[in-house]
Amino acid sequence: MFEGLWGYEHPLAGQIRRLEDELDAVFGRGASLTGTRNIRSLPAGGFPAVNIASTPEALLVYLFAPGLDTKAFDISMQQNLLSISGTRDIPVDETATYYRRERFSGEFRRTISLPDDADPERVEAKYLNGILTIRIGRRESTRPRQIEVR
Amino acid sequence: MATQRDFTQLEKARGATQATQRNESATRPPVDVFENSDGIRLIADMPGVSKEHLRLQAEGNTLTIEGDLQFEVTDRMEPLHAEVRSTLYRCSFVLSSELDTSQIEAILKDGVLAVRIPKRAAFRPRRIEVQSG
Repeated sequence: MFEGLWGYEHPLAGQIRRLEDELDAVFGRGASLTGTRNIRSLPAGGFPAVNIASTPEALLVYLFAPGLDTKAFDISMQQNLLSISGTRDIPVDETATYYRRERFSGEFRRTISLPDDADPERVEAKYLNGILTIRIGRRESTRPRQIEVR
Repeated sequence: MATQRDFTQLEKARGATQATQRNESATRPPVDVFENSDGIRLIADMPGVSKEHLRLQAEGNTLTIEGDLQFEVTDRMEPLHAEVRSTLYRCSFVLSSELDTSQIEAILKDGVLAVRIPKRAAFRPRRIEVQSG
């Protein structure tokens, strides 16, 4: 399954995906990696890998993009579409003999369709230990509000 | 089994115990391995691993690399999408006898681990000067 992140398809992947579908059917997850997808949903397996989480106040997008400089990222947001692009150039040692070259090298771009309440005016990003964390505020109006019973 | 719940369990992984004691499936990081006359270099992408949570072990002729993936987790966090579902990286390599395991050097920066495994001096190619007579 995890091998799938690096582009290989494990024979068990299909079975696992089916199991996920079943879990989804039971637990009703909206943003599934499998099953019926949003038309802009993320294809898994690209670089950088992406995790997305939500809290009542914000959406958190994590990009697993090691070995980069903060200036290497070009982050933009239009309405609820977040785009991250950049280049990761891995120098090749011409004099060396290579046995494995699995690390991603080249240009990358990932576009993420966020929930509609994402606020493009409140986006913050930071880079630590190779993870780019982008925090996007959620609009007030859509937050669940506690209604007091008098 | 990898479910999205692993993602919410990251918080628990913060106080991670030694990975070897954890019964968790590990991700094998993508690596570049290349060799020149001085030795072998291994570069591994391990985003989210800090120096404190990286373990390198050379035992016998096996080099094992492990790291705990950590990232900011807040309260009331719900996963929406998770491509990275494991909080543990692990990979191991068998080293051949000409490599000097006592001289391994490793640098971790921005989630990239660079390991240098030098060859024992006796195995390094020696340049032989040809003298003109």
